[in-house]
Amino acid sequence: MERYSRHIILSEVGQVGQDKLNAAKVLVIGAGGLGCPVLQYLVAVGIGTVGIVDFDTVNISNLQRQVLYGNSTLGENKAIAAKSSLSDLNPTITINAYTDKLDTNNAIELFDKYDIIVDGTDNFATRYLINDAAILNNKPSVYGAIYKFEGQVSVFNYNNGPSYRCLFPTPPKEGSIANCSEVGVLGVLPGIIGTMMANEVIKMVLNFDGVLSGELLCYNSRNTEISKLTITKKQEEFNKIMANPDLLHLKVDQACHFTINEITSEKLSQLENVQLIDVREPHEQPKLDMNKSIRIPLSTFENNLNLIDNSKTIIIYCQSGIRSKKAVEILLNLGFTNCYSLKGGVMSLIEKQSI
Amino acid sequence: MRLNIKYFGLIAELTSCSEEQLEFEGTKVEEVIELLNTKYPDLKSKDFQVAQNREIVSLKSPVTGGDIALLPPFSGG
Repeated sequence: MERYSRHIILSEVGQVGQDKLNAAKVLVIGAGGLGCPVLQYLVAVGIGTVGIVDFDTVNISNLQRQVLYGNSTLGENKAIAAKSSLSDLNPTITINAYTDKLDTNNAIELFDKYDIIVDGTDNFATRYLINDAAILNNKPSVYGAIYKFEGQVSVFNYNNGPSYRCLFPTPPKEGSIANCSEVGVLGVLPGIIGTMMANEVIKMVLNFDGVLSGELLCYNSRNTEISKLTITKKQEEFNKIMANPDLLHLKVDQACHFTINEITSEKLSQLENVQLIDVREPHEQPKLDMNKSIRIPLSTFENNLNLIDNSKTIIIYCQSGIRSKKAVEILLNLGFTNCYSLKGGVMSLIEKQSI
Repeated sequence: MRLNIKYFGLIAELTSCSEEQLEFEGTKVEEVIELLNTKYPDLKSKDFQVAQNREIVSLKSPVTGGDIALLPPFSGG
C-alpha cells in the first residue's frame, strides 16, 4: 500500500513488518501531553487497532503541548476529539475512544482486548493501576513521565522484565510530587518523550532487539543529557500483584481518597466566616490578596498548624486541587472536620471572581 | 573516597545543582543518603530511588565508588 511505502522499502520492516503493525492492538491511556504524540505516530504507522482512554475534556491550557487539539475542540472529551483528528490522519485503521475513567473495575477487561498498553497518564494512582493490571493480563506496558524539563521512559513487564514497582515499589505520598498543571512543563518535552514511547511500541510489534526493558531512560531537555539506569526485576513485587487478581490493594487506596471533601468556587462564594489557605510554594503564581488568604506551603504545612483558625470553615487551595486534598487529608487525620479542598485550584477562584 | 552525586527532577531543585562531588568515608549507600540528609534537611521528606553507577540499588548496598544518582518518580503526562 502506497501509504506505508517508506516502511515497506525499509529492509528491516518490509511488508511482513508492516503486516505486524497492521495486526497490532495498542491501548493508550491518557490523551494529554504524552498521549498525543504517541497516538499520532501509532496511527500514522498503521497500528491496526488503537484504543484511547481519557475522561477529561480539552482545556485551552492544554494546547501549548497537546497537538491533536485546537480551538475548535475546546470543551470536548479528549478521547473523542483525538479520535476525530486521528481518523483524518489515517482512516484505514480502527480507533476506539473510551470516555470512562480507567479504574479497578474496568482495567482488566479493557487491557485484555489489546496487545500493548501505553501509560501517558498524569497521576501516580493510575500509573500503579496500569502497572498492576498489565501484569495481571500479562501485557507489556510502555511508561513515560515528565517533570518540567525532564522525562523518564521505560518498558515494563516485557519478556519477563521488571515492572514499575521494581523501580518505585510504592506510590509516593499523594500531593508530594507536583504534576504539569501545578509546576508547568516545557511544551516540546512531552513531544520528545511521547515519540520515544511510540518508538518502543513499534520495536516490540516488530520484534526488534533493544527494547527499553530493564532500563530507565532519563532525558534532560536543558542540557540534552540522556542517562540509562538499569532496573533489576524483583519477583516479590510481581508476586504481590498476582496475589491480588481483583486489584483489591488498589481499591483500598481509592476509597481513602474519596473521603476528602471538595468544594467548588461557586459554593465557596456563598460561605461566610471562612479561612482561605494557599498551600502552594512561595514562588508560585498567580498570588492572591494576602488579606483574604494565608499561605502555608504543603512542604511546611504540618509545622504551621497553629496558623489555622479552627473556628472558621477552612478552605485549602493550590494550583490545581491535588496538593490541597493532601492538606485536607492531614487536617482530617488530626481531627479537623470543617475543612475542604477547593476544586480546580487557584484558577477557579480567579475565573469565578469568588474573592 | 570521592563520589559524584547526580540529582534529577525536584531533587536537583532542592539541592540547586544537578551534580556535585562528595567526600565519603562510609560503606553503605544509606550512609551516603544520611550525609546528604544532613546537608539538605528537606531531602528527608522526598521520595526517590538511588542508582549507583547507573544501576538502581537498595540502600543496604555497599558503596563501590563512582556515580550515585538520586532519582525521584515523575507523575506528569
